[in-house]
Amino acid sequence: MWILLEALIKIFVIIGGLMTAAAYLVLLERRVAAWIQDRRGPNRVGIPLTNIRIFGLGQPIADGVKFIFKEEFIPGHVNRWLYVLAPSAMFVAAIVLFAAVPFGAVDLGIEGWEPIALVVMPGLDVGIVYIFAVGSIAVYGVVLGSWASNNKYAFFGGMRSAAQLISYEIPLGLGILGVVLASGSLRLDEIVQSQAETGVWNVFTQPLGFLVFLVAAFAEAGRLPFDLAETEQELVGGYHTEYSGIKLMMFLVAEYLHMVAASFLIVLLFFGGWHFWGLTGSEPVAGIGVALLRVVVLLAKFMLVVLFFMVARWSWPRFRFDQLMSLAWKVMLPLGLVNLVGLAFWIEYGRPRFSGANEWIVMAIGGWVLLVASWLVTTLLVPAASDNRPRLGPAAADLDTKEAASP
Amino acid sequence: MNSDDKNIKWVEEPALGLAGKSYIPLIVGGITTTLKHLVGPKMTVQTPEERHAMADPLGYRGVHRLNRDEQGSVKCVACFLCSTACPAHCIDIVAAESPWPDREKYPQSFTIDELRCIFCGMCEEACPVDAIELTSLYDLSGKSREEMIFDKQKLLSVYDQTKDAEPMRSVRERDRTEKTN
Repeated sequence: MWILLEALIKIFVIIGGLMTAAAYLVLLERRVAAWIQDRRGPNRVGIPLTNIRIFGLGQPIADGVKFIFKEEFIPGHVNRWLYVLAPSAMFVAAIVLFAAVPFGAVDLGIEGWEPIALVVMPGLDVGIVYIFAVGSIAVYGVVLGSWASNNKYAFFGGMRSAAQLISYEIPLGLGILGVVLASGSLRLDEIVQSQAETGVWNVFTQPLGFLVFLVAAFAEAGRLPFDLAETEQELVGGYHTEYSGIKLMMFLVAEYLHMVAASFLIVLLFFGGWHFWGLTGSEPVAGIGVALLRVVVLLAKFMLVVLFFMVARWSWPRFRFDQLMSLAWKVMLPLGLVNLVGLAFWIEYGRPRFSGANEWIVMAIGGWVLLVASWLVTTLLVPAASDNRPRLGPAAADLDTKEAASP
Repeated sequence: MNSDDKNIKWVEEPALGLAGKSYIPLIVGGITTTLKHLVGPKMTVQTPEERHAMADPLGYRGVHRLNRDEQGSVKCVACFLCSTACPAHCIDIVAAESPWPDREKYPQSFTIDELRCIFCGMCEEACPVDAIELTSLYDLSGKSREEMIFDKQKLLSVYDQTKDAEPMRSVRERDRTEKTN
């Protein structure tokens, strides 16, 4: 009974927090985008029916009301069942994912009470696998939506998205595997705990794994350098071309929640979760004050990663689709494997030899050397541009056939 | 046109060096540009609290005004030159015998349909007595069409509103000659 109540309270807080966060992150994103473009962004909407502006903080309310009151048009040529199912599937998958995101654990200090883990599903032994699995369901939402729309733009978007998401699952998994190998657990709270105890965040010891995971997380979230599935310029929005009103909002919010989830994962796996040196301590269970401080630290790190997502959006141009694929398979996959193998070697042969105080220093140096060396090798091996520009002489296609013909 | 046509000049891109191939200068360059703009000065002017700084307000062709003479009465002599010159036929004048001794006629009513006006400034050029002028007020708005038909009273009030910032041309020319003398 009490467990049920506890879980209900946690679910309420998480969903309420997530919806509010998504709404206000959209506002933040619009403001950041505006600042980068030398504009000011939406700063007018304040408290309804008054003239109080408060930096445009009323904008999400206005946006939400507008979305809800829009006509919800279902075109005649769609597959109605799948068309309605798709946004819900994606939305549910995006929310359910947060059930395993740990914010630490708190001991309320009341006699006879167990310490409360600040996570909806405490003690989930397959935490990271669960997040990984649920996160992949997003592909179903995209593919269902694009297929049900019976529209060629949507279809292209869905095809691209399916190929992209499935390809980037592999480097994403390799990035996670390195962390799992280093901390020896699939539980997110234990991964954070292992970083807190040593005080060495995984980003210092596994920069290569972090890089692979970061790029793959950008691709999984469909954020700008990799937002091939919904390129406005060529696909009119991609898989949600035919959607309007609240269904479109569900798609957009679900996408946003993917970015939020990716940011949380980056913080938890590579930036030590709630841990900060000399501020939060490192014991698994904390009193109320320290537990609150830990939540604040976690959210602060999360905000920094989200800001990086938003700034990155305007920093680099979008990839072409073949470049995107070759990045996944020819660059990220080998780099992830190199990281994993290097780490396995370290744990099997290096760690026993260097055990002691300087273990982490050696490990960090090894990680950075691995990053620089593998980046250099990739630079030398992978052609900078796999392009199809016209060239003087026989066309590239002819060359290919000739090469294939010659023994 | 074939690819071996002698009129085609083939240009090869300069080869990327090791730094270029590793993408690092591009990645760093992209993010420094955005960060610079993130904190840089903003171009947006917060209308209506702030106003655009106009290069030359006197040369701008905005809302009309009817100037007043020294006695404070309307300067117009109802000669109809402006309404004749107007290509949009937006000026409507009803002339009457002047109650003042300095002229024969005066406009009993003087209305400009600001919705028809194309703001070409030909009325201003046509006026022989410097009575109608275009001001630099550009945010002209109203809630009905009737509201946008400016009568004499309204046009005189525009003058009262703008006479200090933008003195009428005759006053400006007088000031300039005084300064040179």
